[in-house]
Amino acid sequence: MSILHTVNKSPFAHNTLFSCLKVCTERDGILLLEDGVFGTITSAPGADELQLLIQRGVKVFALINDIKARGLEEKLAPNIELIDYNTFVQLTLDHRCVQSWY
Amino acid sequence: MGFILIMIFSLAVYAAPYSSQASHSAYQFALAALLQGHSVHRVFFYQDGVHNATNLAAPPQDEFNLQEAWQRLANDHKLDLVVCVAAALRRGILDEAEAKRYDKPSHNLASEFTISGLGQLVEAAVVSDRLISFG
Amino acid sequence: MNKKMLLISRQAPYGKSTAREAIDIALAASVYDQDIGILFMDDGVFQLLKSQKSQNIDQKNISSILSALALYGIENIYVHQESLDARTIRTDELVVDDLQLLNNKDIGHLLNQQDQLLSF
Repeated sequence: MSILHTVNKSPFAHNTLFSCLKVCTERDGILLLEDGVFGTITSAPGADELQLLIQRGVKVFALINDIKARGLEEKLAPNIELIDYNTFVQLTLDHRCVQSWY
Repeated sequence: MGFILIMIFSLAVYAAPYSSQASHSAYQFALAALLQGHSVHRVFFYQDGVHNATNLAAPPQDEFNLQEAWQRLANDHKLDLVVCVAAALRRGILDEAEAKRYDKPSHNLASEFTISGLGQLVEAAVVSDRLISFG
Repeated sequence: MNKKMLLISRQAPYGKSTAREAIDIALAASVYDQDIGILFMDDGVFQLLKSQKSQNIDQKNISSILSALALYGIENIYVHQESLDARTIRTDELVVDDLQLLNNKDIGHLLNQQDQLLSF
């Protein structure tokens, strides 16, 4: 059991994602939602760090409705799992608690 | 069919509706959890989240009415929608009792919402398996 | 029932009400006898600076509330070292003496020991 981090701010405008990445452990998960989903695109600030964490075992998710709403489906970096709210609920149960970064 | 472990959730909502997407995300989460058969012990509105509880908002008809959605959810699932009293008074969200107490000309707390203290957030954190914050 | 809770405060004081309203939750938790710690991180560390004179902008002084946390039985006060360094703030400029300085790894570990996280 570990932490599920949620991030809802764009990494182009805020340091929120970077604060999350600094303290994220290898057993944690990260969920991008709302404007946080701008962090999924290949050119996003922090995209390289995110891929590095994924290689080390961190699971990264993004809410599919937020991705679709913003027209980002064709711009996604690899290995980010797109999920719906049902899976979001399940993810919170798979982790011991949730840290919301905003 | 596998069996489902029923878990207890509480949600904290810290952002105003319309200005920010966060309250809508909280609503979507609550809806999904309830439809999966889980229990939502309380939704606690704090900071600008208290604006979810005004009954004076009149969004255009072709837009999603988040406040009505909260009320419908509360009605269908006996949800406890609690607004922090200190945050609400500062921002002009009053029930009848508070309006009387502070000698205000009207009150605007929507039905299905109740006003209470911060202790209700602490209690929610204690009795729930998961507390999820939206801000 | 008792749960291990951590409040994470990352916003600067005064510009928005977030910092002040977060502290009120910590105080409420202590009144209900809950084991709550506070972690200051990012701009949240600005809340701890001594010599705030918030009467100049007609607001209550956040640092004087924070200096009284121990009186409320809130003993675990954590500060992110890197956030202090990035803002060139020394620990002797802070209003709380008895605090624990944490690096990134320590914070990851601390979060993983909690039952609930309250984030601001």
